Parts: sequence; structure tokens; C-alpha cells
Amino acid sequence: MTVQDLERYSRQIRFAELGEGGQSDLLRAHAAIVGCGALGSIQAMILARAGVGRLTLIDRDFVEESNLQRQFLFDENDLLDTVPKAIAAKRHLERANSGIAVDAVVADLNSDNVAELLEDCGVILDGTDNFETRYLINDFAVSRSVPWIYGAAVGSYGITMPVLPGVSACLRCVYPEPPTGVQPTCETGGVLNTITAVIGSLQAADAIKILSGNVGRVRLKITTADVWDGPLREIDQARRDADCPACVRREFPWLGGERRAPVSLCGRNAVQIHERGRPLNLADLRERLAKLGGVRANEFALRFFISPYDLTLFPDGRCIVKGTTDVGIARSLYSRYVGN
Amino acid sequence: MSTESRIALHATVNGEARTLAPDSTVLDLLHLLEIQPDRVAVEYNRAILKPPEWGQTRIAEGAQLEIVQFVGGG
Repeated sequence: MTVQDLERYSRQIRFAELGEGGQSDLLRAHAAIVGCGALGSIQAMILARAGVGRLTLIDRDFVEESNLQRQFLFDENDLLDTVPKAIAAKRHLERANSGIAVDAVVADLNSDNVAELLEDCGVILDGTDNFETRYLINDFAVSRSVPWIYGAAVGSYGITMPVLPGVSACLRCVYPEPPTGVQPTCETGGVLNTITAVIGSLQAADAIKILSGNVGRVRLKITTADVWDGPLREIDQARRDADCPACVRREFPWLGGERRAPVSLCGRNAVQIHERGRPLNLADLRERLAKLGGVRANEFALRFFISPYDLTLFPDGRCIVKGTTDVGIARSLYSRYVGN
Repeated sequence: MSTESRIALHATVNGEARTLAPDSTVLDLLHLLEIQPDRVAVEYNRAILKPPEWGQTRIAEGAQLEIVQFVGGG
């Protein structure tokens, strides 16, 4: 470790259980953060400042006004610049700590890219906003024996659980299937910035233990918190399910792509359409769509405003249709303005 | 056994004392609390029950239950 690192991380190094050895491990470590929203912001800020040597940030969205209340990494300039969250996050984190490497990935994690994007990481932190991606992370993590840390929040309530494959229960031991039907989301139920800060911090604390050689100190518990009308509660994690489809039977349908939804609701009055393998030429589209409605574009994406809808198109062919949760309407708008 | 314990059952649910109908199962409790079963994990006397066990597990007098909601926001 350099003299500068010894000074920079001195308060962590003086924490005896981490020490210089733990800090050296952190500086060589690689963590992936899937989703750079409220949870991902907190996790990324903590891990970058703690000196985790390499961070991979994966997020598919742009910074929006309603994010600023709880997504502490972003500011008003990111909103004005129409910057993808992953790129904005990288810029802010590099200003906080120029000594680490930050890989920003503007993409939706899916069965095609998961192996490449999460390769080599020592821990995966869950900052996603949907169940399907969590089951994909669980499939990948269990299949490769990579620890991951589930976390989620809505309203004033949040939950986190570390998954250490082969040691602890996995997500499917506890919740064999994602819930069905309409779920409360941060859009419908609101969310307080205090709960996302609590949950994101607990997830980051487990990640630091795992990456600093202290995996044995990770408490195998499910922790829940309610910052409005309840205490922090901890329950013993489930036993590993002797018949778990993932960690015992080693069936990984999300990883294999069988469980991938072609269209997913983002939970924000929006529908996402994945049209992979059909890249879009944003420059051509810009010219075409400018005759029909408002267009804003940069190298990362194009936004097309056609009241009451708003389409965000990415070079890989992905599209987020805002202003509806109706998959049919979203598909129809995509066909009408982008093509099939 | 007192008469009272046969007409009512006392259990602690997420730290709160609750009085339940005798012979209630864990699944009955979830219905009473209007909780959708596919969104929770249930710890009964410090062990997590599998969902198929909920309907078969009669809540014992003095039982401690923790119901953990599974949420998706982030």
C-alpha cells in the first residue's frame, strides 16, 4: 500500500478488525452494483470511498427529477445533461476517489450479458427495482458461487439478506418464486430516502466484510427495517432448502433465458421493450422523429416526446415507453415510430 | 388448561401481542392480516417455514412469529 493510501484509509485501517490487510484486500477487490437508483447510489458511494479497487455499475436509466430526493449520487446538472445514471455515477465517484476504477455500463442486466458483466467480481450488490433481475442475479451467483446481497425498499420499509452460495440459503430457498400480480413500487407506494440509505448501507457493510477477507463475519440473517413505524428486526435466515431448485437442483431458468420477459414493467408508469440484436442508428432516428415530435439526443440515447408518451431509445434497440403501463400500447408505439 | 386458553390463542407477531382463534394455522394468520402469501417469509419459533407448511402448522400458545415482507423497490 502507498503512503498516500495509508493516510487516505487510515480511519478504516485503525479499525482493528479491518486493518491494513483488510484494506489491501479492498483495494484489490471488484464489486458489481446492479442498478444505480437509491440503493445503488448509497452502495457505490460507500464502496468507492472505502477504497474498493474496481466497481462495475450497471443501470439502464437516465437521471430524472423524481430521483434526486433519494438517489444521493446525482445532482441537478445530471438532470439537465440527460446523462445515463451509470455514466453520471462514474463521474461523481471518480471525483470522490480517483484511485479506483469505475466501469459504467448502460444496459439492462439480462441472461445474454450477465456472465460478461459480472465476470470476476467478488460480490454483487442488488440495487435493482424488480424481482426478475434479482432472480437472474441469484441464478448467476449460485451457479458461479459468488456472494450477493439482496436489498429492497418501498414506503418506509426495507429488507436485506446476504446470500453466500453453498453456505447460506439462497433467494429461492426463502422465496422460491417471484411474487405474482401487482406489486407496491416506489412510484405507487412512495419511498423515503431514510430507508433506502439504511438498507443500502447494510448491504455495503456486508460487501466490505466479504471483500476484506472477513466473510465469516457476515451475519446470516434477514434484516428488515421500518423507519416510520417499526424497529430494525433480524430473523434467522432459512435453512438451505434441501430441494431448492437453484442451490440444490442447480436449475437456472433465469440464467438460461427461459424466464426472461420480452417486455418488463419498470414500475414507474412505464414499459420497457427489449429488442436485442437489432441495434438502432440514433442519428437516422433523430432526423426521422424530429418531424413528428420533440427529440433530445446525445451519444447514449434518444428521447422522443409524443404527448402523452415519452420514448427513450438506446443504441442496442432497447426502448422505455413512459406514460403507460399497457404493454400493447407500448408495443404499438414502438412499431409506429421505431419499426418492427 | 384454563377455559380462556381454549377460546383464544396468544401469540407474538412481529413483536406485537395478538389474540387469535384457537387452532389457527399460520396460513389463517396471513389471511387475517390480509397478507398475500406469495410475498412473505414466515419465521415460526425461530425457524423459517416453507410455504407448504403454513397451512399445516397450528400456532401454539405463546408462539413467536415473524412475518417478513418481500419487496421489489430499490
